[in-house]
Order: sequence, then C-alpha cells, then structure tokens
Amino acid sequence: MSITYLEAIREAQARALTDDPRVFIYGQDVGAFGGAFKATKNLAKEFPGRVLDAPISEDSNIGVAIGAAIEGMRPIVEMQFADFSTCGLNQIINQAATLYYRTQVPCPIVVRLPSGGTPGGGPFHSQSMEALYAHYPGLVVMTPATVEDAYSMLLEAVQIDDPVIFCEHKFLYYHLKADALPTEAMPANRARIARPGRDATIVTYSAMLHESLVAAEDLVADGYQIEVVDLRTIKPLDTDTVLASVARTGRLLCVGEAFPWGGVTAEVIARVSSEAFGLLDAPPQRLNARDTPVPYHPDLWGTHRPTAGSIASAVRRLLEL
Amino acid sequence: MAEAVSKPTLDFLDSRTQYISSYRTMLLARVLEEKLAALYRGGKIKGGVFLGRGQEALSVAIGTALRQGDIFAPLIRDQAGRMAFGDTVLDTLRTYLGSAQGSMRGRDGNIHRGRPREGYYAMISHLGAMLPVVVGGLMARRFRGETGVVGATCLGDGGTSTGAFHEGMNTAAVEKLPLIVIVANNQYAYSTPTARQFACTDLVNRAIGYGIPGHKADGTDLVDCLRVVHGAVKAARQGGGPQLIVADLLRLVGHGEHDDAHYVDKNLRTLPVGRDCIEVCHAFIVASGWATAEELAVWRSEAETEVDSTAARVMREPAPDPADEEWSALSTSSLTDIFAES
Repeated sequence: MSITYLEAIREAQARALTDDPRVFIYGQDVGAFGGAFKATKNLAKEFPGRVLDAPISEDSNIGVAIGAAIEGMRPIVEMQFADFSTCGLNQIINQAATLYYRTQVPCPIVVRLPSGGTPGGGPFHSQSMEALYAHYPGLVVMTPATVEDAYSMLLEAVQIDDPVIFCEHKFLYYHLKADALPTEAMPANRARIARPGRDATIVTYSAMLHESLVAAEDLVADGYQIEVVDLRTIKPLDTDTVLASVARTGRLLCVGEAFPWGGVTAEVIARVSSEAFGLLDAPPQRLNARDTPVPYHPDLWGTHRPTAGSIASAVRRLLEL
Repeated sequence: MAEAVSKPTLDFLDSRTQYISSYRTMLLARVLEEKLAALYRGGKIKGGVFLGRGQEALSVAIGTALRQGDIFAPLIRDQAGRMAFGDTVLDTLRTYLGSAQGSMRGRDGNIHRGRPREGYYAMISHLGAMLPVVVGGLMARRFRGETGVVGATCLGDGGTSTGAFHEGMNTAAVEKLPLIVIVANNQYAYSTPTARQFACTDLVNRAIGYGIPGHKADGTDLVDCLRVVHGAVKAARQGGGPQLIVADLLRLVGHGEHDDAHYVDKNLRTLPVGRDCIEVCHAFIVASGWATAEELAVWRSEAETEVDSTAARVMREPAPDPADEEWSALSTSSLTDIFAES
C-alpha cells in the first residue's frame, strides 16, 4: 500500500470536507470530472453539493471564495494551473490579502496552485508563482515537498484563518510516494532538516528538495556531507532553522525552480547575509531557473531549471570558495 | 427644474413616509458630502474625496430596499445608500479623517470602508472586484440554507468594462443567486465619455447576454428609482435570480474633489438626464403638498447641524498612533513573518 503526493492532496481534501462542514471546493472541472489532475476524484460524489464546478473565470473564482470566507465558510479553490492564477491575482493580492488588515475580518481561503515544471509543460503550464505571492503582506505561502507534507500542510492550511497559497508541485504528483498518510506533523511554519551535514547547507523547497537530496548523495563520493534544509513554507520563512544550519556549515547554496530575479533564494541570502554575515566562510550562492519563459522541449526544460547535476556542481564551486 | 416633475403612481410605496425618509437620507448624504469637500479644501482630509452628488436617489433606493441580514457592497458614489443600510455620519467622518475609532482605524480611508461582519462589505479600488465577492457571500448563505436574503453591489458605466464585472455577472447567473447589480450610467468614467466606454445601444442589454432580467430606471427621479430597485430586489428575494439595473443620470461633480470636471459637456445639464435628483425631490414634495419649502429648509438645517457637530467631535479624536499599530496583516500571529530590523 502506497500513496502518491497527488492522492495525499485528494485525501486531505476529503478529510477536510469530512471534519468541517464549512469547507467546500470550488474550481474548474473539480466536480464530477474530478479535476484536471484528479485531485478531487470522487469528492463530488462523496460530498454532494460541496464540490462545485466553476466557470473559467479565475478572478471571479477567487472573489467568490473570499465572499464565502467573509460569511464564515472555508473554501478551497483549485486553480487548474498555477500559471492561470495571474487571472485571479487582483482578488488574491488586493482583496484576500488586505481584508484582515483593513477590516479585522479574516479571510480563511486556500488557493491550490498546481505549480512548477514538467516535461512538455511549456511557458504557461510550468510556472512557480510562490515568490510573487510571498511578496504581498497578508498571505501564507506553502510549498510542500513530500507526500506527508502535502497531506498535513493542506489540512493545516484549511484550518488557518488567513489566506493560504498552497503551491503543490505537479512533477511530484505521480512519482512521489509514501507508505502511508502521516498521523502527526510538524507545524507548517517550520523548516525541516531533510538531510544532516557539516560542509555546506542547501536551502531549498518543493521539487528542488529532491534534486538537492540526489546532489547531496552524489557528493558523498567526494567526501562531503551536505546539509539540506526544506523550507516547507516560504512565507513566513523559518529564518532560525536556516541560520542554525549555516552556523553548523558556514556555507550556503539556495536552490529554487522559480525565475532568478528576486524570489525565495534572494530572500534567504539577504536574511543570512544581514543577520549572520559572520557565520559565512564563503559568499552565499544561489541557483534558480534561467531568466526566460519555461521552455517546452524536455531537453530545454531540463536545462532551464536546476537539476541534481547542476546543484552538485554549484556545491563543488561553493566548497572551493 | 420644476417643470420636469413627474407624477407616477405611488402604489408601490408603503406610504409617503418611505419617500420622505429616503429623501432625508439623500439630503443628509448631500450635506455630509458638502462638508467632506470643505474639509478636503481646508486640508483636513488627506488623499481623495469622492462624492455621489447627483446619484443619491439611485443609491438610496438600493440602500432602503435592503434589510438587515442582506449583503451590500457599495462603490464610491453611494453615501446615501450606505447610510440607508446603516452606515453613519460619524463613521464616514472618522474614516475620511483617519480616526483610530473609525471602522477602518486609519488603515484605510474615505469610501473604502465597511463592516463585513454586518454584511456591509468594504470596497477595494479595483472596479468590478466586489461583484464576485458578493456572489461568494450569497453562496455561503445558500450553503447555510438561508433563504430570502439578497446581495447588492453598485458600479458605474466604466466599471461595466472590467473583466471582473463580466465574470461576476456570469457566475451569479450560472448559480442563479439573488444578486442585484446597480449600474449608475453617469455619462463619464473619470473623464471618459460613454462613447469611448461601450458600443452597445444601452448597458441594460448586457442582461440579455447573461440570461438575467434587466431593468432601466430614471436615476434623477427618486420615485422611479424606488419603484425599479425595490421591484428588482423583491424579485431576487423571491427566487428570481440576478437582476441588473441600469439608471441614467449625470455625475454632478468631478471624479473626485481634485477634479474640476471641465470636460463634462455643459449641454447635459439642460437635458432630463442632467437633473439634480435632490431638486427633483424637492419640487415633487412641495407639489404633492407633503411639505413646504420652509419645512424643507428646516430639514436641511437639521442635517447641517448633525454633520457639523459630528465633524467637530471627530476632529478632536486622536489619530492612530504608529507605536500602537500591530503591523501585522495576518490574524494568526504565529504565522507573521519576522524581518530583522537594523
């Protein structure tokens, strides 16, 4: 018996619908069809009237969720692809994210973003939007990298009184498996040491965790013990766990799949540099996707984003600095 | 303007009391807005002042058609409707002056105010954006099995050009929700005339495309506004689905008080659409024998006294103290990101 990352997301939603009558799911094709990726498979049948197909109107889809949240519901909105959330951007950043600060009325919505690249996805079905949303005050941005986190963090997201942007990675949907769903979980706002080490720290999240873990394993042959930190949630950012790791290793590489300008990797390096410059034995480094749209052909895509190979190379350069 | 007084049937009105009460709310809104303009010119109000002069009849009609438990998301020219729905002179002034005791506590200002817990949603500036939010509020009510409640939102001719308007109208129609959308076709979106805003013969025809009823109202005439708006709200309340109301009128001020509206075609003021709804009411009340011109002057004087005394009180209230500000945009304190301060 094993369960995939995608099934964990489906099971978390089933559990949320079971546990809390305020929860409903709203999104394009999420009803009888079960969602473009089948993340809501059979939920419409199991929870009649609570899993609703939405028109292709991302702005309205998010706006509807916000209105329902104001009235006490706990909507989960599925964007068919994270890329399409730009069409709902106004409602997310100007309505949902400002509501509590302006009115003291919380906005407990979860927006699920099927994120990140897959071979053949191309420019409009591959984007990593987390940095964009993290930039705005008033949003929590989760980027689960494991089956267990996909389940437990989505359940926690539904319980949080504030808007949560839940970036689930499409590349992990089918390939990532666990033996069983977790029965307990660490809080979503804490980073995790995914692999202990002493020579350098890789700070990463989402699908890049797995590339980083492969790179760390490869570097064992070179005699290096690389620590890997999985941020899990990028807003709020668990700076303490990152600083503690850098204190142990003295060297930092940040790896993200998003575009290079600004973003999570830049934010981590800014915090480490300004708060713990003295811990660093070498200039902190970062590795991101290239500064072009995400390309279609698998060979181009595989070079556009960081991989275990490019991460291992970056760590070797870091260790020589 | 007196020659333009209409004498339509008043059968739909509960009584002349309803008309008079609506008029006095319009008058209070007009007087309050005159005060806001004066405070702005005197440098007491920072930011912008956006007035509903000329739109009070339409606005008050929706405000009075709603009742406690309904949802209302007004826009920038709805002072009259807001007060009919329960907003006050006090909170309006507090919000414009940024008082810590206002509903927005200095965190937001002017027309961006509301009390969402009471069904009074606080608009954001992006036009059309409140429409799907009201749709969502109504979906929540339906989930809970509440019946007989409606939601309403207002916007202008310019707001109908947004994607949010289209998406929200269509979603409301698909869900068959009791949403009332009030469009004040006030001839200009900031400085842009309607000819540069839409190409259809009449905005009310958009209702056909959404598969919902559309209604026209004379936005300068309180009687017609009450008849059309209350009728549409009743239809929605009884299960008739979304209702679109388009009222023609003229914005009698600039977009905001910073704007002298020099671009407005002067001829419009001589046409029926350019009438001032307050003057139309005034003439109608006198012609109907419901009050004399002297009594109307007393009502205005009473409104001025209320506004002036409230303004004096709010001006003495403390401003928000940055040292006391929580500086967190989240309700969950454990999820607040921590940025080191140097």
